[in-house]
Amino acid sequence: MIQSPSEVPAARDAAAEHPASAPLSIHDMTVAYHRKPVLWDIDYDAPAGKLVAIIGPNGAGKSTLINAVLNLVPKASGEVRIFGKPYTRQRGRVGYVPQRESVDWDFPVNALDVVLMGMYRRIGWFRRITRRYRLLAMEALDRVGMADYAKRQISQLSGGQQQRVFLARALAQDADLYLMDEPFAGVDAATERAIVEILRDLRSRGKTTLVVHHDLQTVNDYFDHVVLLNMRLIVSGPTDEVFTRENLRKTYGGKLALLDQVGHKMTLHESGP
Amino acid sequence: MIQEACELLGRWDSYDSWIVLTAALAGMACALPGVFLVVRRQSMMGDALSHTTLPGIVAAFLFAFYLKSRGWISAEVYEAWRHAAMFAGAMAIGVLSAVLTEWVQKRGRVEANAALGVVFTTLFAAGLLSIRLAADSVHIDPDCVLYGNIETVVIDLWPGTGIPRAVVVNGGVLVVNLLLVFVLLKELRISAFDPALATTMGINARWMHYGLMAVTAATLVAAFETVGSILVIAMLIVPAATAHLLTDRLGGLIGLSLAVAAVSAVCGHALAIVAPPIAFRRLGFATVVDASTAGMVAVAGGLLFILAMFCGPRYGLISKWVHRFRLQIRIASEDVLGLFYRLGEKDDAPAVVPAARLQSTAVGALMSKVALWQLARAGEVTSAAAGYRLTPAGQLRAERLVRSHRLWETYVAKHFELPDDHLHESAHWVEHFIDPELRDELFAELSEPTKDPHGAVIPFAAEGEPGTDDRPETRPS
Repeated sequence: MIQSPSEVPAARDAAAEHPASAPLSIHDMTVAYHRKPVLWDIDYDAPAGKLVAIIGPNGAGKSTLINAVLNLVPKASGEVRIFGKPYTRQRGRVGYVPQRESVDWDFPVNALDVVLMGMYRRIGWFRRITRRYRLLAMEALDRVGMADYAKRQISQLSGGQQQRVFLARALAQDADLYLMDEPFAGVDAATERAIVEILRDLRSRGKTTLVVHHDLQTVNDYFDHVVLLNMRLIVSGPTDEVFTRENLRKTYGGKLALLDQVGHKMTLHESGP
Repeated sequence: MIQEACELLGRWDSYDSWIVLTAALAGMACALPGVFLVVRRQSMMGDALSHTTLPGIVAAFLFAFYLKSRGWISAEVYEAWRHAAMFAGAMAIGVLSAVLTEWVQKRGRVEANAALGVVFTTLFAAGLLSIRLAADSVHIDPDCVLYGNIETVVIDLWPGTGIPRAVVVNGGVLVVNLLLVFVLLKELRISAFDPALATTMGINARWMHYGLMAVTAATLVAAFETVGSILVIAMLIVPAATAHLLTDRLGGLIGLSLAVAAVSAVCGHALAIVAPPIAFRRLGFATVVDASTAGMVAVAGGLLFILAMFCGPRYGLISKWVHRFRLQIRIASEDVLGLFYRLGEKDDAPAVVPAARLQSTAVGALMSKVALWQLARAGEVTSAAAGYRLTPAGQLRAERLVRSHRLWETYVAKHFELPDDHLHESAHWVEHFIDPELRDELFAELSEPTKDPHGAVIPFAAEGEPGTDDRPETRPS
């Protein structure tokens, strides 16, 4: 039998702690690409005002989880609520930091232009970018230590600097819930420290941040909560309780064979004899 | 030759002006969607669209003709609306091409370019077949679609005015495109740069893409009659590609693309008048009068692109060569300074070094001469009767350089398992790129060495390096 996430005690506890108006509440969500499920029956409530790491092996569906919450990929079933309402009514309260490789860094914009993009929703359709927003964007760049690079074309920035610009853009979004896809990937030590500072600053201002994270060494230092994911939600909860050797073994120690088989059979079925 | 050219251009009249205006308006109208295709790296989509619009136009014409032949619309309505129908058909097929390409890519297990190849060839072939079958009943001239008729724009005037119809149509499309870009600049920018973020913000990147395809198709159709479907591709991509070599901002890209399109039109027509008689008559082709303006506009666009490639301020080849040459001179000068310093370390150190001894560096005799001239000009060496002498400024720079060199050797010797004779090569290269901060770090990390692995004294080891002067040894490249 496939073990459903609700049978893991810690997950149920976490869900019970948080009311319906949690920053992010995922109820029985399944996501499939071409009918092949990549995430099964996810039940999760994010705790308010915490730093949460989403952890799991490659292909575990970490980015898919974020993309499904943001309606960037369709959900096969299930429901997502942001502060108690559907995402489409809460767009302004959710900030998103995509993977750095997902954009073309030769694009003809400078760092300030990229940060300003974080405020396009607030500025509104058809409206011009005014001085007020430029000042706000400069403030955001200043907070990540990139004010001196505002006028640089983005391809002239180092990988770490590019990631900081993305962070500044998220700050400029001024959201209450942040979803970040591997912000620590391929950055230098100084940038990593700077990003941690920003994350802590967000937490101190009551924001909730979910971060797809790869480096298991730093989880204890950086994050209050963890979500262990491998096609299904293994466990979630406070780092010191659930980030254990046993749970990591469950997450990384091989996929559930049946889960893979079912997915495979469904794909075969779909593509005919 | 110049006289001949002036004489040919002297015959310029209002016909020529209308032709240039038409080409410029069509080019500028195309350049606007072209900018977004280029920055989204979808230039091939423009090529594909220029083909797939053909069946769209034909279908729209046939539909209108069918309505007329069944008597559902009058002949006057048909005449008045068949061009509008053509635009609508093109826009529909623009969106359809994009949707089909996505679908083929997803379901056909092929990558984007292959999907594009499947979709646009199929649609284009269908369009060509139906145009041949339908050409008798509806007024479409296949040659005109392919090659355009810019030389005869003045014949077809907009009703009730003295203005060519092509000028009104292409001008109208240009105005609409300008308005769209002005109003939607930030939405176009974000959905091109970061479609995922755009979509999360409620700016649906997919619909923006479809919209861009529809506008591109409509623009292409307007320009077809003028420059033909083949040359339209040049107008779509070349101005934006040229501007991309010259600027790093989207706004600048848009402005420059418009300028390049306009300049291509003017230069293209002038070339069409001047080049063929002058070039071909010399080769013995006496009957050549002039060339196709549409063709020459595309050629002029290509020439402007090459010009930008060579002369662009940042990405231009010339500026890169100049930069590299300057770097070479700096390295040669520093090599000469290093040589000076090392000669001065010997016991029988001559104060004045003959020029011949300073040319034994790896950079060659000519570069050594240039380097010495450069050093003299910067006041770092002075020429004396028997050769050259280091000035205090030159001495300081030489000491810093040798310090970089020897600190680096010490560092490499400490961390790499290498024989001593392997150290010099890399240090000789690296020394030119080590700045004062890095020197300080090396010095500290090596616990303040006084001698390098060969036993040579590291300058400033005891007293510390004097504060940075106004002559940094490395400049940001």
